[in-house]
Amino acid sequence: MIEAQGIGKRFGIRWVLRGVTFTVNRGEAVGLLGANGSGKSTVLRVLGTLLRPNAGTATIDGLDITRDSSAVRGKIGYLAHAPGLYEDLTARENLEFAGEMLGSRALVQSSLERVGLGPMASSRVRGFSAGMQRRLALARLMMRSPRVLLLDEPYSNLDEEGIALMSSVIHDVTEAGGSALLALHELAPARGILSRTITLSDGRIETANSDLPVRDDAVLASF
Amino acid sequence: MTEKLGTAPEAGVAPPPTSRVFGLVAFAAVIAAQAYSIMSSPADRDMGHLQKIMYVHVPAAWMAFLAFFVVFIYSVRYLWKQNELHDLIAASAAEVGAVFTGLTLMLGMIWGRPAWGVWWVWDARLTSTLVLFLIFVGYLALRAFVDDSVQRAKWSAAVGAIGAINVPIVYMSVKWWRTLHQPQSTPGTLDPAYTMGLRLNAIAMLLVLIYFIRKRYEIARIERAVEHLAEAQAMGGR
Amino acid sequence: MAFRDDWRRVRAIAMKDLTTELRAKAGFNGVASLAVTILILLGLALGPDAQALRNAAVGAVWLATLFSGVLAFNRSFQVEIESGALEPLLLYPGPRWPIFAGKLLANLIFVGLMVAIVMAVGIVLFGITIPERWVTLLAVAALGVIGLVVLGTFYASMSSRSRAREVLLPLLLFPMLVPVLLAATTASKALLGADLMHEAGAWMRLLIGYDLVFIIATFIAFEHVIEG
Repeated sequence: MIEAQGIGKRFGIRWVLRGVTFTVNRGEAVGLLGANGSGKSTVLRVLGTLLRPNAGTATIDGLDITRDSSAVRGKIGYLAHAPGLYEDLTARENLEFAGEMLGSRALVQSSLERVGLGPMASSRVRGFSAGMQRRLALARLMMRSPRVLLLDEPYSNLDEEGIALMSSVIHDVTEAGGSALLALHELAPARGILSRTITLSDGRIETANSDLPVRDDAVLASF
Repeated sequence: MTEKLGTAPEAGVAPPPTSRVFGLVAFAAVIAAQAYSIMSSPADRDMGHLQKIMYVHVPAAWMAFLAFFVVFIYSVRYLWKQNELHDLIAASAAEVGAVFTGLTLMLGMIWGRPAWGVWWVWDARLTSTLVLFLIFVGYLALRAFVDDSVQRAKWSAAVGAIGAINVPIVYMSVKWWRTLHQPQSTPGTLDPAYTMGLRLNAIAMLLVLIYFIRKRYEIARIERAVEHLAEAQAMGGR
Repeated sequence: MAFRDDWRRVRAIAMKDLTTELRAKAGFNGVASLAVTILILLGLALGPDAQALRNAAVGAVWLATLFSGVLAFNRSFQVEIESGALEPLLLYPGPRWPIFAGKLLANLIFVGLMVAIVMAVGIVLFGITIPERWVTLLAVAALGVIGLVVLGTFYASMSSRSRAREVLLPLLLFPMLVPVLLAATTASKALLGADLMHEAGAWMRLLIGYDLVFIIATFIAFEHVIEG
């Protein structure tokens, strides 16, 4: 569902991505590993139509990310490292705003409850912990009913319960025939849902690590 | 592998050099036009030979406005097709235009001091030229503060086009503002004895303007070609 | 149908901006206080002669408005940039112009409120008698505010995302506002006096033309500028 072919991206004269090529198939959750500053976030932002690639092409569910960017936006759910919430609004107001922008407020309540923020719905985000903010950002993402997830360090700041929640959401999407690409700097929390991993190094993707048995069906059954 | 968006195929190649002969001809034309004007025009009734500064001041002003027009055209063309070469032309014209505008202002002040005893008057033309200068400076400042080349091109094109639209409005509003009060004019261009000299100087200045813009554009193209080379190096070699 | 969705987005963004500003501690109060402070400083610098103050009143009010307005415009995008909310905002479906329109609406309300306060304080501090044609005076102010807000919001959409944003916005904006400043101050001065030459009408027509031209131009340009 995600096909990247020779993606290049530079900032000024510095080439961060130099020919990124990989595929994520339907039903797969793939981990994107790499050192800090290796360009993992950049890959996600290019695929998420937030940055224009300087070279190469990519498609999401068959749609070209540069030519059909608005159609692509309708399919993806992008979770940035920064929560991107309005801190002076309440949790509910943040989701209601998202609903207005998406065209419907119908999913606000259910999304709040799914991430366990029901009781905090009327509190301002400014008082939320980093973990709670990530959950709210996840709820906002879920309101889009995305087919393809692009997640940047999704497990950071989450407690055990939050990690389980994140994994279960990812699992729901992949089970329904979608895909997920997770940028991770450590593998541990994602153990159990990943089909495989790829590593970004020196601006390119190294051959997928196949010696890590990451997908664990026994763990998955517990969601 | 070459860059796709905001790229013209020839952007990776060094441009044809600006003809040095053309440059020499342009400067020679200015010298000739100036010589003709200085020698052929009579001393002005009121200002004497000070009047002759007009032969540089007025054409410089015209060139400044013309440069802004070029910025407008190429800004709109860039927004239309995203051809990065158009962005480079607009930026080159803006730099050269800023210089011509600065020159106009300084000559206006140099003329004004002996003529009226003051360094500055808030008359319509000088004031409009000053505002034009500030609009150019804003455009160049924006370019200096944006690093990503595509973002820089898009933003400058928007700012350039919108700034250019304002130029006639600024001129009109300043003129109305001044007509309510005692008008003090910059060197008049009414006397027919002066028009031939003005026309010749205007043509010569036009050649200089074109030469400077092309030269600046050539430099910008070379910078761009170097970036392309760096790209090829970075992307190549697996 | 799609148009109704777009208007829904415009309203949502305007409401969101207004709500966040009202709740933020250093929001509207800060900007309005700054405007009044500038006015007071101008009064101190240009006075205390009553006639001199009366002559300077219109200019002082508009300068205070312009300088504090710059703060308001950068703030309207600051909310998104600080919390990283600009990316999610750009990922919603549909066209981009509702973002501009929504922020424009919110800024119009803010700056309009601020101008009302500044004018009220100015009348007191600078010893102005309210003229017969005060409705026309308000209309002139409104037209000027529209021009100010349209261009201010547009340039802030770029300056707030670049380096040296505090310097860049006034540098870009102020030269562009010269027609507004001239028109608003000259017409207002005429209306405060007798308007013997009936110039207020001509300046108002200029302002209307200016506002229309730049509303259209900025909406067209915004699409290109917001993606970055």
